[in-house]
Amino acid sequence: MTDLGWIDPILGAARPRVMGALLRYFRSLDTAEEAFQEACLRALKTWPQNGPPRDAAAWLILVGRNAAMDQVRRQAKQTELPDEAVLSDLDDAESSLADRLDGEHYKDDILRLLFVCCHPDLPATQQIALALRIVCGLSVKQIAQAFLVGEAAMEQRITRAKARIGNAGVPFETPGAPERAERLAAVAAMIYLLFNEGYSASSSREAEARKPLAEEAIWLARLLLRLFPAEPEIMGLTALMLLQRARAKARFDGEGNIVLLEDQDRSLWSRPRIAEGLALIDKAMRHRRPGPYQIQAAIAALHARAQRAQDTDWAQIDLLYANLERLQPSPVVTLNRAVAVSKVRGPEAALEMIEPLGARLQGYFYFHGLKGALLQQLERPQEAREAFGRAIALANTPAEAAHIRHHLDRLSC
Amino acid sequence: MLYAILCYNSEEAIGSWSKEYHDETMTKLYAVNDKLARQGRLGPVARLLPTTAATTLRKGREEMVIDGPFAETKEQLLGFYVIDCTSLEEAIDTAKELAKANPGTGSYEIRPVAEFHPSQLADEKQPAT
Repeated sequence: MTDLGWIDPILGAARPRVMGALLRYFRSLDTAEEAFQEACLRALKTWPQNGPPRDAAAWLILVGRNAAMDQVRRQAKQTELPDEAVLSDLDDAESSLADRLDGEHYKDDILRLLFVCCHPDLPATQQIALALRIVCGLSVKQIAQAFLVGEAAMEQRITRAKARIGNAGVPFETPGAPERAERLAAVAAMIYLLFNEGYSASSSREAEARKPLAEEAIWLARLLLRLFPAEPEIMGLTALMLLQRARAKARFDGEGNIVLLEDQDRSLWSRPRIAEGLALIDKAMRHRRPGPYQIQAAIAALHARAQRAQDTDWAQIDLLYANLERLQPSPVVTLNRAVAVSKVRGPEAALEMIEPLGARLQGYFYFHGLKGALLQQLERPQEAREAFGRAIALANTPAEAAHIRHHLDRLSC
Repeated sequence: MLYAILCYNSEEAIGSWSKEYHDETMTKLYAVNDKLARQGRLGPVARLLPTTAATTLRKGREEMVIDGPFAETKEQLLGFYVIDCTSLEEAIDTAKELAKANPGTGSYEIRPVAEFHPSQLADEKQPAT
């Protein structure tokens, strides 16, 4: 660690606010990024001597804006554009800069910056990559490593995403309440997608590579929560991710294979993450405005609160899944509920519950895996074997297949 | 004389620390703690969860429970309690009890504790009551 180790976190923390403001001035992601880079270079030059400014973000916005304006002036001269046309607009920006920095403006700046990355024209993978590059400030190389793709391919993905956004246009007017709620929901969905991308690893090695994705998702959720501290769904989302992430160390065994929730060594769960997740879900519940993230977080909280797997409050989990089914009907939610039902009312009731899902979930690995497990409990080995066979054929990863094979082994002895 | 040292920093910046920088800094801080403990000069030490986990009880004619940390700049930090609660509800109830004993203006910020080290003060240096 160099002596300048304290500067990077300050630059990283200021990044969303500074990029948000620069995007508002220049209305171009590329210009905003260049301006931010330039401001960071100057910070690295002057802060070690002068110490950090009291408001690092305001300093970076001013320096970045001035640097970019110099650049615009130079380019304007080269192409012999009338200076005034460019400058009057920018001077205008300068006069109101102080007001804008003092006001609540920066919340919408950061939300806009995040929202730009969630543009509906962009496929999910591009949304996430762009957010990691633009908002979190990860390098293309870091993002490529986390997605397990080549650097050139990732560079291209990000460039394409930026071009699409440039063509589609970015909404710069200050949003009204309904637009703000809509943006917030889109950003929350993107953050959870990013988290799942980091969570969906099938081996401990893959999980290690993808770890930054989950960490950045939590970082973004906290950022959002500081901007909108009274939104129960944002509390729920943050809690959900913290509670799931708390299990990271217990998810793989010594050989790097997946360990299921009920078999995990709970002493490996991260206590601080659980404490923070539980505190947030407690806060969210007080609002009595339940939503899908809060319910999922409440389910994760019940797992976190159980000292041992057999202490899990499955009846409560069943109720929560029933609520989730009402709010967000989906066969996958019902499938998850069936696991709780099998614990509370037995495998027969659970099997009855998932049978009607067969048509819609016939290509889904977990459906056949759960069906096999329930049939096994009901001592119907022939049908169980058949269901496990289908699950293996549909397994997405060798780890999933190995897990089902393990069940099959138990059936044959 | 007992002194409280209150730690302030940008939690966004702390949240951006790399694991290496975090571990290195904690090691250096624990070294200071250890020295103070050996000298019998170290009282309780706590690290708080982020302000996103905070709830504030605002005193007044009508008490208000607000999401987020204490944000008023015209009031000063005058003291703190560390209490054991089974839920946020219980913590809020406790704060309300304090507000009843000491009504009027002011706030109680309720912040979960992430890490707590009990007092290692030498006996004779326990605060006089």
